[in-house]
Amino acid sequence: MASVCFYFQVHQPYRLRHYTIFDGATDYFDEDKNARVCRKVADKCYLPTNRLLLELIRRYGGRFKVAFSITGVLLEQFREDAPEVLASFQELAATGCVEFLAETYYHSLSFLFSPDEFVEQVEAHRALVRELFGQTPRVFRNTELIYNNALAEAVERIGGFDAILAEGADYILGYRSPNYVYRPPNTRHLKLLLKNYRLSDDVAFRFSNRDWAEWPLRAEKFAHWVNAVNGNGYVVNLFVDYETFGEHQWQDTGIFDFLRCLPSEIFKHPDADFKTPGEVADAYEAVDTVDMPHFVSWADIERDLSAWLGNPMQHNALTELYRLEDAVKASGDPDILTSWRRLQISDHFYYMCTKWFADGDVHKYFNPYNSPYDSYINFMNVLDNLRSRCAAASAFHRPAVTALS
Amino acid sequence: MKIKTLMLGWEFPPFISGGLGTACYGLTKAMSRLGMQVTFLLPRMHALRFTAGELATPLDPAAHTPDVRSQAFSTAVGAYGRYGPAPFARRVTAAAEAELSEGPETGPAPYGPDIREEIRRYAVKVLKIGRSEPFDVIHAHDWMTFPAGIALAASSGRPLVVQVHSTEFDRSGEHVNQFVYDIERQGMHAAARIIAVSGYTRNIIVNRYAVPATKIDVVYNGIDFPDSVEAQPQQPQPASRDKVVLFLGRITMQKGPEYFLQAAKRVLDEVENVKFIMAGDGDRLYGTIEQAAWLGIGHRVFFTRFLRGPDVDRAYRMADLYVMPSVSEPFGIAPLEALQHDVPVLISRQSGIAEAFRNALRVDFWDTDEMANKIIAVLRHPPLQEMLRTNGRREARTFRWADSAAKVNAVYHKVVNAA
Repeated sequence: MASVCFYFQVHQPYRLRHYTIFDGATDYFDEDKNARVCRKVADKCYLPTNRLLLELIRRYGGRFKVAFSITGVLLEQFREDAPEVLASFQELAATGCVEFLAETYYHSLSFLFSPDEFVEQVEAHRALVRELFGQTPRVFRNTELIYNNALAEAVERIGGFDAILAEGADYILGYRSPNYVYRPPNTRHLKLLLKNYRLSDDVAFRFSNRDWAEWPLRAEKFAHWVNAVNGNGYVVNLFVDYETFGEHQWQDTGIFDFLRCLPSEIFKHPDADFKTPGEVADAYEAVDTVDMPHFVSWADIERDLSAWLGNPMQHNALTELYRLEDAVKASGDPDILTSWRRLQISDHFYYMCTKWFADGDVHKYFNPYNSPYDSYINFMNVLDNLRSRCAAASAFHRPAVTALS
Repeated sequence: MKIKTLMLGWEFPPFISGGLGTACYGLTKAMSRLGMQVTFLLPRMHALRFTAGELATPLDPAAHTPDVRSQAFSTAVGAYGRYGPAPFARRVTAAAEAELSEGPETGPAPYGPDIREEIRRYAVKVLKIGRSEPFDVIHAHDWMTFPAGIALAASSGRPLVVQVHSTEFDRSGEHVNQFVYDIERQGMHAAARIIAVSGYTRNIIVNRYAVPATKIDVVYNGIDFPDSVEAQPQQPQPASRDKVVLFLGRITMQKGPEYFLQAAKRVLDEVENVKFIMAGDGDRLYGTIEQAAWLGIGHRVFFTRFLRGPDVDRAYRMADLYVMPSVSEPFGIAPLEALQHDVPVLISRQSGIAEAFRNALRVDFWDTDEMANKIIAVLRHPPLQEMLRTNGRREARTFRWADSAAKVNAVYHKVVNAA
């Protein structure tokens, strides 16, 4: 018996506008551009894919299931710029075949820098999902699947979670397969679901690659690969960006036809079914403990933190950002707090990545800046303004720093 | 097949006024290292032949190999009047030498008022030499040598390759000299292929000279990083010292000194402990000094005039950032030289190097607010400065003359096979 567990990551950042050191205004984000991108991706991906999923769920009478993790910042943007997208996700939620996962509201790296802020963001996201979709998430996934043992422990301490997701990196698993359910060390009942990165990346990255030996990938062949797991695992965790459908892989690649045909191909194997992450956690016992003391993510070939924390600019920007936490929270100004939190969106640091040569392609595709240096300069200018607002709002005025050191 | 090249150039070390001579030298040296045969014809001086193994810098007469004759001469070749008479030149073939050294050794400078006559005389001599020198390809550098190249190609039936290091639009903006433009255009159209030093220059050639893009190959310049010289250890600086922003180059309209000063003004409005050094001479020097005074930043802008050897090194050592605000720069080797000296760079987008180089800050030369914004960022954020420095230095090393020479060789094969 092999289950297919689909989880789709749905996220768009708030991109910053061009902000120079001479700027004094407090609107840091490019509202026009963010709205434009949101509507564009809605048209190419969110709306058509949601429509297709709804059709499949109805056609298979509840046997086809998926899970979403939609970031808080994108849910906000839907409300503002594309309410029809929010409505279509709500329609999916109402079928009972869709599970919503929890993550940090701001798609942030807060776990790495501030445990308190991390908990606040998880709680905020859980509350928003409950409000919009009428269900309380019980499975957690951290930003970009960044994970280690300590994260699992922290998530169990927050409470209310039955499972957590992580990348099934080879160098961690060794001979073990990602197709079983595991448990993190030092936790009581939290289960660990690992991404089957080969099959996930076949869909997310290789699908339209004509140089790939398996191109073109049809649902029949893919279902065959999934079924090959039978006897050597319980579940195939397909964790992919939702934008894969229609945005990263355009419609003319046949990605929608692939998705449309997949359930019937999967169901041709009598043992196979679809489960959501929560159902997987309920259905299967953990077979082993997986020890992951070091951070692992789903990004780039390194599957580590180097996409966000790989160079001195990124370290500097993140350290300075979180150094402001106390001042931001002491200011009592909700606008300052919201701005500070939106600056935590991990994309800002991804844009500063200088791993050009190996992973440059995908970084470039997602990057609104001409260079990582430009993105760092822009971010630091905004942060400088935010810092001065904190100083002005705060009871303790620190002397303004004008001289360079 | 081994292709013999007759190379026509107007500058060659030590007879240089700027980038052209340096580029011709770097390229020719690398070509000889690849075993390519090149005879270089310079006006009124002496032909130079490079062969593999004969690589001593011509600026160093002591390093001459025995079969190369050097000869003192006294021509006042200082194109922009700064290099003055140089004591040594190197040789070629007897015939070439006889032709080129014929006539008085002193005469009008090659960029002087009699340049039309100089160009004509050069062409006549090149034609004569062409009868005795064996060659397969003619390679002409910039417009001064185009008439000679066109004539020789017509009389010999050999293919002409012209290399464009700069166009009249780079040098003069919209106020082009029609005489120069016409020669450039004739050369480009007569050539079998054109080598442009950047995509930026190729676009100018396509748009301003009506040449099809397919006829143009882009070959970037290189820079020699001495293997032995490693990064200079940064001298410990007092924490409270002033930051230094450096402009180093000719102070002419083309180099954008006025934009540098406008940005300096904006920087100084925001932060006070910054100095701006402008190193170089040029016809805009006095106007630029005056502009600094008018902007009220005269006490923060320092003019060093033209710097040599050790003073150049010293200027780079003081600098936190090098700025190249050029209005139009066909290639732009200067930022790579700054990185050679471990100074991070901010460059104008209106340059060839901006399209080819990643680890630099880029700005439109006219956007002085953005220029100031980026200058301040580098001065304020040590991680930015450090990354631009280390990544930039590493990338600068990838601009190798050997690669340029190999590309030029490929261009030769295209034209020889087509002929």
